[in-house]
Amino acid sequence: MDEKYPEHFMYKDEHFTEFVTFTIAGQLFGLPIAQVQDVFKPTNITRVPLAGAEIAGVLNLRGRIVTAIEMRSRLVAQPRGDSSDAMAIGVEAKGESFGLLVDAVGEVLKLADVELEPNPINLDRRLADLSVGVYRLDGQLLVVLDIDEVLRLRGDAAAA
Amino acid sequence: MDDLLREFLTETNENLERVDAEIVRFEHEPNNGDILSNIFRLVHTIKGTCGFLGLPRLETLAHATETLMSRFRDGMPVTGDAVTLVLSAIDRIKIILAEIEEEQGEGGGDDSDLVEQLYGLAEHPRVNPGPTSGAVDNAPDGAVSPPPAQAKSATREKDAADRERLANYSIRVQVETLDNLMTRVSELVLTRNQLLEIVRRHEESDFKVPLQRLSNVTAELQEGVMKTRMQPIGNAWQKLPRIVRDLCAELGKEIELEMHGANTELDRQVLEMVKDPLTHLVRNCADHGIETPAERLAAGKARSGKIRLSARHQGGHIIIEIADDGRGLEIDRIRALALAHGLMSESDLAAKSDSEICNLIFTPGFSTATRVTSVSGRGVGMDVVRANVEQIGGTVDLKSVHKVGTTFSIKIPLTLAIVPALIVEAGAERFAIPQLAVLELVRAGGEHRIEWIKDTPVLRLRKELLPLLHLNEILRLGESRPERGFVVVMQVGNQVFGLVVDGLFHTEEIVIKPMSSKLRHIVAFSGTTILGDGTVIMIIDPNGIVQALGRASPVLARTQEAPANAEGAETQDLTPLLVFRAGSPQPKAVPLSLISRLEEIDRGRIELSNGQHLVQYRGQLMPLLCIDAETTINRDGRQPILVFSDRDRSMGLIVDEIIDIVEQRLDIEVASERPGVLGCAVVKGRATEVIDVGHFLPQAFADWLGRRNARPTPLAPKVLLVDDSAFFRDMLGPLIRAAGYQVVAVASATQALATLSSGIAIDVVVTDIEMPEMDGFALAATLRQDPRTAGIPVIALSAMISTEAIQRGRGVGFHDFVAKFDRTGLIAAIKEQTDGLHAAA
Repeated sequence: MDEKYPEHFMYKDEHFTEFVTFTIAGQLFGLPIAQVQDVFKPTNITRVPLAGAEIAGVLNLRGRIVTAIEMRSRLVAQPRGDSSDAMAIGVEAKGESFGLLVDAVGEVLKLADVELEPNPINLDRRLADLSVGVYRLDGQLLVVLDIDEVLRLRGDAAAA
Repeated sequence: MDDLLREFLTETNENLERVDAEIVRFEHEPNNGDILSNIFRLVHTIKGTCGFLGLPRLETLAHATETLMSRFRDGMPVTGDAVTLVLSAIDRIKIILAEIEEEQGEGGGDDSDLVEQLYGLAEHPRVNPGPTSGAVDNAPDGAVSPPPAQAKSATREKDAADRERLANYSIRVQVETLDNLMTRVSELVLTRNQLLEIVRRHEESDFKVPLQRLSNVTAELQEGVMKTRMQPIGNAWQKLPRIVRDLCAELGKEIELEMHGANTELDRQVLEMVKDPLTHLVRNCADHGIETPAERLAAGKARSGKIRLSARHQGGHIIIEIADDGRGLEIDRIRALALAHGLMSESDLAAKSDSEICNLIFTPGFSTATRVTSVSGRGVGMDVVRANVEQIGGTVDLKSVHKVGTTFSIKIPLTLAIVPALIVEAGAERFAIPQLAVLELVRAGGEHRIEWIKDTPVLRLRKELLPLLHLNEILRLGESRPERGFVVVMQVGNQVFGLVVDGLFHTEEIVIKPMSSKLRHIVAFSGTTILGDGTVIMIIDPNGIVQALGRASPVLARTQEAPANAEGAETQDLTPLLVFRAGSPQPKAVPLSLISRLEEIDRGRIELSNGQHLVQYRGQLMPLLCIDAETTINRDGRQPILVFSDRDRSMGLIVDEIIDIVEQRLDIEVASERPGVLGCAVVKGRATEVIDVGHFLPQAFADWLGRRNARPTPLAPKVLLVDDSAFFRDMLGPLIRAAGYQVVAVASATQALATLSSGIAIDVVVTDIEMPEMDGFALAATLRQDPRTAGIPVIALSAMISTEAIQRGRGVGFHDFVAKFDRTGLIAAIKEQTDGLHAAA
């Protein structure tokens, strides 16, 4: 261990996580930065007929086909009027690319793991099901999303 | 894993596959020294390498096997038992290899059982005397063996030299490398397409020429990379001889497996996916198709059955056929099973052709094997075969002749990665349709009008009626403009249909990208692709689309179901009519529901026998009739015919031209005295002769009616016609109407009773005798018992009027019997009964 650094610094670094934060219908959410591939402005989304409301469509991101998930439908059941001002959080799961459509992307926050709290019991069930816990920030709640749960859409079971 | 070990595993596995195939061949040709030395060499190589790599367990086993093989080489008789033993040794070697692959070591198994047996047989061949052992008894030390041995070693050297030369010209490449290369090429093709799109927009671009060159090079590169992925289909067949041999032993059958076109190449991805379906089909032929030797001899066939496997290229596809000369499919059993499993209703089944019935075996949960064997017969498999083949954009079809054999044909594309596709528009979105499924494109309107039969849109295309689907509706993209647009004529399996789209763009080579796992449940799509302009679009899955066809009402289903209740019968006025010309310029019409099919046949196929025109149709001879005797049939070109079917019989009516399909009230205004014409009706403002199909059927088959028994006849003013056959209802209804009566036609005795109790005044009941559930006798008896209906005369229609039937009929209260095709007699009987009625009133 390098003597130059005080011990608590090392301790902190290993037990902090950086989160990409974003808002959906006024609520602040976060995903660990390690799970996020990129953040991009989705353009030219092709809607997919017969797909559920949670699928905004498919788009071409530098030659890759990305499935866009409408997080408003997924989390708060409020349809987006116009998707042109949406932003997308790019994630990858089992070799596939997804883009989570959100309202706005915020700053990257570095938060201590020990401060992660379990979901408050009054948290909306929809959110609680997709969340691993919350951080209490100044005056607002940051809901940390469980990406596996977020990508487990209805109909997956039927398709399997 | 050690590179050396990995290479050993790959090579040995390949060698073993060959040993499998070779040994089976060897069993049939025990005197073929070439085969023997091949096997010997392969086993020997395995043994040698094992020693080198320090794999004692494998080495011991290979050595024991080699010892036995060398005894064969020395002339020991080759018995079935010995071959089985060698095969089980090879199986064991495979198991050990798999263990090595997984655990990097041989595992702690014990092979002494096999090793002992192998040595035992090698040293004491007479322990298991084979049928030929006596004949070759003295061969081992005889003077005969040395010369062949020499010849063999010469061949061996030559083979080895060949192989060495080949080795210098080929290298081993990881499949993964090739797959990667393919992906890169796909990306290159996409980028090329995008560039072409950009240059298309700038007429005078400096890039034009170099881009053209780039485009050509890309195409060549694509072709080259595809070529590296091509493998002979024979690779998928290697296991089959062994499988068939094992099956023969297990089932006590004798089967020869013939393989043709093993060198036909296709993309390895496709090859992998078609392997299992092929194996399953061959097993199926061996298990269900081929009979036991005793059964074959009894059926006058050769003792041993034959399964013929063949592959050939055909226009971007590879066609694989698996044919057996076994017992064939029993159509009636499939029919019965489909009914028993509730897969289809009786009326649906009746409307199916034999080939459509055969194809039912691909339905999930279907198995015709009466006995469940360990081989097949559990009702799983055939549906999986079809699913697998369709997954790679292929089709599977079968032809079967009872007692003669069954042929499965699989048609698959050569490659999956890049396919030509047609880009279409529907609801302002673009979609790609794989060109393979597209037969032609038609602009709707003008000559090719979209017409409606009830609620089903159809397109008349060269006298065939195509069922239509609207892409807008299938994809729920909003209302479509039904009379406009373009029709993409597609074929999936045997089903031809038209897909209506709003617009057509160009054809483009598209790179198929797998569907997102979140969208895979949507059957209408098979994948996604990126167009030249960078947009992602969905690829339409023709197999998924055709499912929508099943949901739409079947077009041209041959029977028009009778209205479910009498009220419906009263209000049902519109009859779809097929208008055509035959013989004279005056249009003729016939109710569409009577026609089972419109066909166009090659005139050259029409044969003349005994003054009757005949044509081979669906495996049977179908009589052809002309509307009037003067009509002459030209010798060349194509002849449109209307096909009428009832039960298993069909006849064709020769017509000059099919004009139209109209839906209107059928009022025959002028009755006709001419045979074959019911009368005249106004159809679309023109006087049109309505054809009496009943006149032609007996000409085609003297006994057409004799096979059926009852049929309802009408009463004078209002006649209630009861017949379970839509065919006869449709035929007699207009006839009685033409004689000036009202007709209510129902399909069963129960419906007849419902009609009568609903208060509709019926003057005469004309009933078929033979009907399911309640027959004509029971109907008459029931009517007699009810005071409200007891007075209604009942006329029975029957083909065979026996004294006994008349006696019984009188007993239950039939007032008259009329022969089914005695039109005059029927009308006379109705007249008589109604006259009596009015006299009594």
